[in-house]
Amino acid sequence: MERWVYPVTSLRPEDVEQKRVCTTRTPLRGEYAWDAGVAVGRFLTELKAGRLIGRRCRACGRVMIPPRMFCEQCFRPTDEWVPLADTGTVITFSVCTISWDMRRLEVPEVPAVIAIDGASPGMGIMHKLGEVGRTLEEILDRVRIGMRVQAVWKPAGEREGAITDIRYFRPLED
Amino acid sequence: MAGRRVAIVGAGMTKFVRRALETGQELAWEAASKALESCEMTLDQIDAVVLGSAPDAFDGVHMKVEYLSPGAGAWGKPTIRGYVGGGTGVFAAIQGWYHIASGMFDTVLVVCEEKMSSCHPHPQAAFNYIFDHTLERPLGPNLLWIFALEMNAYMTKYGLTKRDIAMVAVKNKRNAADHPAAQLGDPHITIEDVLNSEVLAWPVQRLDVSPTSDGAVAIVMAAEHIARRVTNKPVWVEGVGWSLDTQYWTNRDLSYPTYVEEAARKAYAMAGIREPRKEIHIVEPYDPFDYKELHHLEGLLLADRGKAAELIALGIANRDGDMPVTPSGGLLGVGNPIAAAGLMKVAEIFWQLRGEAGKRQVPGQPRRGLAQAWGDLMQVGTVIILGI
Ligand SMILES: [Zn+2]
Repeated sequence: MERWVYPVTSLRPEDVEQKRVCTTRTPLRGEYAWDAGVAVGRFLTELKAGRLIGRRCRACGRVMIPPRMFCEQCFRPTDEWVPLADTGTVITFSVCTISWDMRRLEVPEVPAVIAIDGASPGMGIMHKLGEVGRTLEEILDRVRIGMRVQAVWKPAGEREGAITDIRYFRPLED
Repeated sequence: MAGRRVAIVGAGMTKFVRRALETGQELAWEAASKALESCEMTLDQIDAVVLGSAPDAFDGVHMKVEYLSPGAGAWGKPTIRGYVGGGTGVFAAIQGWYHIASGMFDTVLVVCEEKMSSCHPHPQAAFNYIFDHTLERPLGPNLLWIFALEMNAYMTKYGLTKRDIAMVAVKNKRNAADHPAAQLGDPHITIEDVLNSEVLAWPVQRLDVSPTSDGAVAIVMAAEHIARRVTNKPVWVEGVGWSLDTQYWTNRDLSYPTYVEEAARKAYAMAGIREPRKEIHIVEPYDPFDYKELHHLEGLLLADRGKAAELIALGIANRDGDMPVTPSGGLLGVGNPIAAAGLMKVAEIFWQLRGEAGKRQVPGQPRRGLAQAWGDLMQVGTVIILGI
């Protein structure tokens, strides 16, 4: 099969830096303003009030977070809003030591999927964990899948109806 | 088997590299012309073109496939774009299959191209747009998060160690040393190299991850009456399947790829396969991360849940083992130009079943192989089964 492989002209970073090849750079400029929609719009309003809320489908019985106005499994409208707790269980987590553009972070971030109490089992949202250490080793020592956590909210006056109204989730000491 | 019989009759590709001088159009042209040349066909014998490429955002070119089309032989031809994220490469071959199986066309050129190097400062920038704009992006996520979250869920559920998983990276990067198109083949890499590589997003470390790449792959597909004229070694499409899970990825069981199982069951049913572990001789599961190969082997029902690592540890998955897995070297070794990487796996099964894989040739004259890809927001499974 070697006959059917084209060798390609591989560029090294210095080929570009020393301008041995011509390249063009243009930024793509575009800004978007996303409407939250019916279900998530209400969810954001509740966040501003310091509450989490889900949506129940009476056909399958699921209480869903993030909430939606339709059940994608039953393919029918969901029926009612359900207040949820601001506590939950860590389904999974990571300890991220780099930024999106591959720069090292001084203090790692701890993204997690958190199943929220009051929603159906396994219904989670993505957020971050906090108060769990400042190094990879400390964090791995502290955080476990299955760990109980609680939301740490911004003060009411600083909340704006965004997922970041929850600063992070911290371990819940039983 | 639904519809008419369809075979792959030719394949070609470019080398995969971190950054190629060639444009996407030129890469597509090199792969497409090599594929045609390999089966001594010309473009005027092609009825339709299927073009696969992943996000436009990599290239900063909107309607990328229209941009690529001159290099992919699409001038004046019925052309369609396949795009299901990382699942695209295998999905494009499935589209080629149904174009012909339906009776609509007799010959199809399938071309998959990706040039990730155009996106600065890092192709990761393009991946940030896969997250929900209202509920996730404000948290400042990066693509590694979702893989790390999934990998941890999988490891923890089954009590797997980093060492169990690192064996996949070692096997694939060693296999890739024998692939003439490989970007990262390394015959000497060890488990310690993987375990000692830089932590990116624990449990994901540098050598657990495939590279970003530029490259293209093409195959030629034909209806039976043409295939038998073109070659004495047609490789038949015996089964296909694909399935999509919910976009609400934080509501899924991340330890098991249900959507891959659904796709595999469709493909096995079409191919009349009852015992896949006995009837599939070679597997090319999608391996953008080492744990994904294990995850996918389980979704494909080729290993019990949580047990795929044993296939690697016992050597069963080696090129000379009972069920070779990723003899090409995969995305971890050959490279990961997204859509092209998936079609590279299809091309590998094609070459292996024809006995043309050179130094990578799996012994024992394998008669049936499976290629699988995966993508979108960790939610699509695409499966194709080929046989001779
Ligand atoms: Zn329902």
